Amino acid sequence: MEHIISVLVENKFGVLARVAGLFSARGYNIESLSVAPTLDPTTSMITIVTIGDDRIIEQIMKQLNKVVEVLSVVDHTETDFLDRETVLIKVNTKPEHRDEAIRIAEIFRAKIVDSSPTTYTIEITGDVDKVEAMISMLKPLGIKDLIRTGRIAIARETTRTASPRREPALLKP
Amino acid sequence: MKITGAEIFCESLRREGVKTIFGLPGGVVLKIFDVLCQRKDLQLILTRHEQGAAHMAEGYAKATGKAGVVLVTSGPGMTNIVTGLADAHMDSVPLVAFTGQVSTDLIGNDAFQEADNVGISRPCTKHNVLVKDVNDLAQAIKEAFYIATSGRPGPVLVDIPKDVSIAKTEFKYPDKVNLRGYRPFTGGDKSQIRQAAEAIMSAKRPVIYVGGGAVFGDASDEVRELAEITQIPVTMTLMGLGTFPGTHELSMGMLGMHGGYWSNMAMHQADLLIAVGARFDDRVTGKLSEFCPEARVIHIDIDPTSIRKTFHAHIPIVGDVKSVLRQMNVVLRSMDGNPAAMKARRSPWLKQIDAWKKEHPLVYKQDDKITKPQYVVEKLYELTKHEAIVATDVGQHQMFAAQYFKGKKPRTWLTSGGLGTMGFGFPAAIGAQVAFPNRQVVCITSEGSFQMNLQELVVAAEHNLPVKIVLLNNGVHGMVRQWQDLFYESRYSASLLGKKPDFVKLADAYGIKGLRALKPSEVDDVLKEGLRHKGPVLMDIHTDPFENCYPMIPAGGAQHEMMLEDPAELVQSRKGGTARKRKVDEGEGVLPS
Repeated sequence: MEHIISVLVENKFGVLARVAGLFSARGYNIESLSVAPTLDPTTSMITIVTIGDDRIIEQIMKQLNKVVEVLSVVDHTETDFLDRETVLIKVNTKPEHRDEAIRIAEIFRAKIVDSSPTTYTIEITGDVDKVEAMISMLKPLGIKDLIRTGRIAIARETTRTASPRREPALLKP
Repeated sequence: MKITGAEIFCESLRREGVKTIFGLPGGVVLKIFDVLCQRKDLQLILTRHEQGAAHMAEGYAKATGKAGVVLVTSGPGMTNIVTGLADAHMDSVPLVAFTGQVSTDLIGNDAFQEADNVGISRPCTKHNVLVKDVNDLAQAIKEAFYIATSGRPGPVLVDIPKDVSIAKTEFKYPDKVNLRGYRPFTGGDKSQIRQAAEAIMSAKRPVIYVGGGAVFGDASDEVRELAEITQIPVTMTLMGLGTFPGTHELSMGMLGMHGGYWSNMAMHQADLLIAVGARFDDRVTGKLSEFCPEARVIHIDIDPTSIRKTFHAHIPIVGDVKSVLRQMNVVLRSMDGNPAAMKARRSPWLKQIDAWKKEHPLVYKQDDKITKPQYVVEKLYELTKHEAIVATDVGQHQMFAAQYFKGKKPRTWLTSGGLGTMGFGFPAAIGAQVAFPNRQVVCITSEGSFQMNLQELVVAAEHNLPVKIVLLNNGVHGMVRQWQDLFYESRYSASLLGKKPDFVKLADAYGIKGLRALKPSEVDDVLKEGLRHKGPVLMDIHTDPFENCYPMIPAGGAQHEMMLEDPAELVQSRKGGTARKRKVDEGEGVLPS
């Protein structure tokens, strides 16, 4: 099953390598990864999308918690959360396809951020379903290039009090 | 007053209570060594190879429980300690390794003797740090010692660039560390502890399974108390040996691949497993799907990642083993205060274990032609009066030592368990002897392992460290040869060591006493003379190259399906003399026929 894990870390050099190394050393795959400083400039948030059964995810959570520079680890999949990804898609636009490209962008509330005689570059932000749906709509037109930021996630405020599923000892005090 | 980074280094080490450093100098650490030689309070043991320094520090740490300290230079100095770091990481040994680094302005330039020390050591340390500013040095050292010795211990590497060791700043050693991401959990959940106690009270066939965590967690007394009040038999992993006295009536000795028949059978039929600071290593469990099929599992460990990593735990308890067991013993005492009733209730189970022990005890047949390795180990165990600190290398001799040395106390058994590092034993013995100059330290090794770090003989000679090296010389990589005999139709690929060096002459060359026993009849005298000698001794004892270590759970096999003796085909092929020919006369190695 797919999990989105937010890892709050010290904003220091080498921390990302440590977190990524933990995955590679155990043969776990990272589907997507995003890193940026938080409101507090001394910390960064690493958002990792990974796939694994319960046992693997439990190990990943525990191993992440064990890293000295990791301050907290949240598996969003356990609670109600919002996730977003931004994708830039360069579509081939032969004259007869231009209207269709604009229509698709409108349906998904995406923006055309660049155009050339042969391409439009479309920017879309949304959850995974929305992004994937739009990509599949654009495919018949011919996608020349595509770049994704990787997903980020945040817990919905109303569910913040939900109790963690795993034993409390696994969470950092 | 401002002082240099090198002075801060020495001063910080003093504040951490460090007395001994194991290391070797080089270009970028010259400033540190320069300050070091002017201080009386820090002793440097100059090793002849950095790997030796790392294993000595491990031996020191395992014997004392304090952090071992290593100081080496950049580049090759650092890469040479990687094996030691990886070994310490696997066996949770508190180690603080200081490595020199090229000046900060040269980092990344492929400078002379530059290596990415933090990058290389990242997966084999608990933590590591590159100190880029002299103002951060004291804090980094304070944190390194704290991280190495707290929680589940492990190696920490501090990388110090040359310019940082030279730069000056005001020195103020921090009183405490405040790492917001590192707060080892020690308490143990009270309700889980109660649940565990209830499970223990209702169990019919319980086993206590103790690992290395109980040694570094200092939980020997608590394990003993638990076993005695509940009358539960105790088995130990290779790393846990010594936690519970091997001679105690409730001790089952070691379990796992070469553990006793009775301890593996007990595990297999147990209805409750109390795992204390153990990590269900594959050498213990064998085939996981058939491991302890009937047991409920209580797993106590300070490291949450050890719990449910390979095997399920019904009652996981994250916490310091000492503190958890203390609380558990209090609960257990409050539940049942009648030792006689407990004894009676446990009696059928203990009788069953005893029956297994009688059915298949450890056996070997000593004749008057060729010395069996088990005989030497057993003799040594008797002659050291069970008091020695024993360091071993890796292989058959290590397993024989684990089977026959019934250690009484924790921290007297120094071995490389997780990584299985040949070459560990001798430097580890030196490290322990440095820590305890007046105790008897014995290194049980073989010629295969010993030759991986024999250069440190000169350290033993130089400091007159009376390490007693008992070298079981059989001309083969014994464990490899055993597997080839059992699983590769006796094709001895690269396991025969062929030409042997003369170890007595080697000892002589290094200025230490050398003794040799070629025949079984000479073993006693050599051991006695060696142990009596005041200084270091190398005892070259020629042993049977074809002796196999049993019981054995073949890799991936189920725990109750042990091999107990050489299979019939192997015995047959040996009798026919078709597969091999013995040549174990002096000076000659074993040659394939």
